Amino acid sequence: MSIQAELLHAKRDSTLITHHSSLATEKRHMFLNVGPSHPAMHGIVQIITELDGERVVSAEVEIGYLHRGFEKMCETGPYNNAMPYADRLNYVSPLINNFGFCLAVERLLGIEATERCQYIRVIMSEISRITDHLTCIGASAMELGAFTVFLYMIKAREWLWELVEAVTGARLTISYGRVGGVKADLPEGFAERTKKILEEVRKVLIECDQLLTRNRIFIDRMQGTGVIAPKEAISFGITGPFLRACGVNYDVRKAQPYFVYDRMRFDVPTAEHGDNYGRYLVRMEEMEQSMRIVEQALATIPQGPIVVDAEGRVMPAAMMVDLAKAGATRDFKTVQTVPDPTLEGATKRLHTVINAPEKRAVLPPKEDTYGNIEGLMHHFKLVMIGHGIRPPPGEVYAAVEGANGELGFYVVSDGSDRPYRVRVRPPCFTIMGALSHMLVGDMLADMVPTFGSVNMIGGELDR
Amino acid sequence: MGALKEGTRVMGKGTSDAINLSKLDWMTTRVDAALGWARKFSIFQYPFVTACCGMEYMATACSHYDVDRFGAGFPRFSPRQADVLFVVGTISHKLAPILKRVYEQMMEPKWVVAFGVCTCTGGFYDNYATVMGIDTIVPVDVYIPGCPPRPENVLDGLMKLQEKIQHGIKATLPQHAFGRPTEFQQPHRAEEHL
Amino acid sequence: MATEPLPFAETVRDRFPQWVIGAHCYRGDETMILKREGLLEVCRFLRDDPGMAFECLMDLTCVDYLHFGSSLGSAPLMKTPSPLPYFMRPKPTTETWGRMVGEDHRFEVVYHFYSLSRNHRLRLKVPLTEAEATVDSVTGLWQSANWFEREVWDMFGIRFRGHPNLKRILMYEPFDGYPLRKDYPVNRRQPLVGPVN
Repeated sequence: MSIQAELLHAKRDSTLITHHSSLATEKRHMFLNVGPSHPAMHGIVQIITELDGERVVSAEVEIGYLHRGFEKMCETGPYNNAMPYADRLNYVSPLINNFGFCLAVERLLGIEATERCQYIRVIMSEISRITDHLTCIGASAMELGAFTVFLYMIKAREWLWELVEAVTGARLTISYGRVGGVKADLPEGFAERTKKILEEVRKVLIECDQLLTRNRIFIDRMQGTGVIAPKEAISFGITGPFLRACGVNYDVRKAQPYFVYDRMRFDVPTAEHGDNYGRYLVRMEEMEQSMRIVEQALATIPQGPIVVDAEGRVMPAAMMVDLAKAGATRDFKTVQTVPDPTLEGATKRLHTVINAPEKRAVLPPKEDTYGNIEGLMHHFKLVMIGHGIRPPPGEVYAAVEGANGELGFYVVSDGSDRPYRVRVRPPCFTIMGALSHMLVGDMLADMVPTFGSVNMIGGELDR
Repeated sequence: MGALKEGTRVMGKGTSDAINLSKLDWMTTRVDAALGWARKFSIFQYPFVTACCGMEYMATACSHYDVDRFGAGFPRFSPRQADVLFVVGTISHKLAPILKRVYEQMMEPKWVVAFGVCTCTGGFYDNYATVMGIDTIVPVDVYIPGCPPRPENVLDGLMKLQEKIQHGIKATLPQHAFGRPTEFQQPHRAEEHL
Repeated sequence: MATEPLPFAETVRDRFPQWVIGAHCYRGDETMILKREGLLEVCRFLRDDPGMAFECLMDLTCVDYLHFGSSLGSAPLMKTPSPLPYFMRPKPTTETWGRMVGEDHRFEVVYHFYSLSRNHRLRLKVPLTEAEATVDSVTGLWQSANWFEREVWDMFGIRFRGHPNLKRILMYEPFDGYPLRKDYPVNRRQPLVGPVN
């Protein structure tokens, strides 16, 4: 029989295949394992792709390589102990996670932070959002070969981290939020410094825009790849810049405002096609809007410390503590302490400005803790084991707009000093669930920009 | 000239106590000192980046804190081509076999840097999912603690690594990693003492 | 009980009176508690009814109530708790939240819905006992449920009938046990390589 007929015969009977191996036209798909340790996967994820030549036929996404037990660890300590764990969720915008958790516990307690504190939270959240988008776009640009853009954006991120360090004391993992307030007030000169830095960041963004937005190679790689339709995106539970790039205008800051976002005027950018290029444009514009919010907030933030009659002496905090331990606490009600620079912003005269007036949740200022018996009792009742912040039994779900989408915290309390259950609804979890759907049909090399625009943050995805 | 360490003699025309670079013809040194010098200034790192420390790793690698000054600026994303394994960020038990495999795929000479306190001792993630220190799996040369370590810390650690490379000191798996009880250990809870 | 109106619960109760066990609104979050047999029907109604229009399943999780209120799950309470000082007495409030269902169920699967078109939220809870920790999967209605349910299976051991691919997502396959259950000790490690540290 003819060769073709023999081959057809051979396919049905596999023992004959070997005779015709030199003429074998049988085609099989290749399985390629991308990750978990892979340069283009910023974050650890494993994508097992089935390839037909260069085209992805199916992709299975395997996560969980950074599971660190956030939810279980939160159950092992008091409410404020969850702050460091919450920082490390979305570690490029840690302030948003902090404040999201604080919002949930404050709702559970039925208290609200003071106005200045809410403005501070808005300012720091937006600065965090800018650093997140800078990292995302910088890293995905680097993976496409635009290394310069990465360096420029990280340079801008360094300036913002210096700002964050001036306020919170740390660059990245800041533990700044507290239930009922924040750790410390904004330092002096913050407004001017921020304005200058934001101007510089704007210049950097303009440079990067000139390098990327109308760049032929960038457009070729990003436009038309990683497309997802709006209906599918909603069904997958996707939120944030991803959903907005599909054309759906949903932003938690506008839909269900929290803190003082309802007083801020800003736009929510959307794009049309739901491809990688649209997501890039949405993120670039969101950075500009975030800067706008920061400037508005700085202009309208309510005035600083309430002036307490500071006719008393001014003394270094360490001396005050030593005197208190020795029992010499006369005149402590009017003393004004000068703390160490790392503890600035948390003195007594600023205490009522940045903390909610809720004695069941907020620690007293240190001048009271060391200065009078009510302060000491108050401190004891909040810190010692068996005591602490005890919200009444209940549950609450509080959502904030994270850099990747809706970041929700579901906290269940059983009346004790430890949270009974803390669940964080991670925005990039749902996006990663849709990733295999988005990769199918595209080429292998399109996996890089698509995955880059997902902005998968391992700490948030795997918790 | 400070880069050439002990055992180096420089000779040339009109050599005196002062070394005149323009008059050098040739110099002698020990092979391992020269090799150490060459290796420490051309570190091909494999950044095994997992978590938040990766952000500080990026910051160290970029313009502000520039690790390229040390010759360590170009990461090699294949273990076959890398000589220093930077383990950056928490290692979970799911990822541990892969870390071990990557380490075994690297060729000698190789060094391991534990970047961040999660890789040194597990950090504050004392739970079911985290490896309490990667030195139970791979031998570690330099421990850079910090959560995350500041870029200055990282550069300090890198310089210590360079000293080790210069002198060819290798790490071995610490003996205390073996022979531990197989039961899980209860954390030392403060309320037990109330 | 709270005196706030419960619009969603009223609608669903009218439509499916046999499935709704209870409803409350605590801290502004409306919550409905359903029997597990009626889950699929009610969810389909929630998604498709134009008045409800919950296109988005925001979150799907589970809570293990084994140690609720007892000192095992938290720091041991003092034998005779000292009274709170005057400045820390709780304010009186009309809002109460009791665990509406009888205390014989151990798990509660919690669903959070959001409607994009109507901008409202709803929480749904399905109580399950330990012996019958199985519930229908809503993957057919919302694709986000796929991974959420896998995570609940991984962390709590709740089976979802009809799920296309129910396997572990955050932990590794040889892992034995369900970590987020209250009876799993927080630092029982099961390493694949290396010692149990």
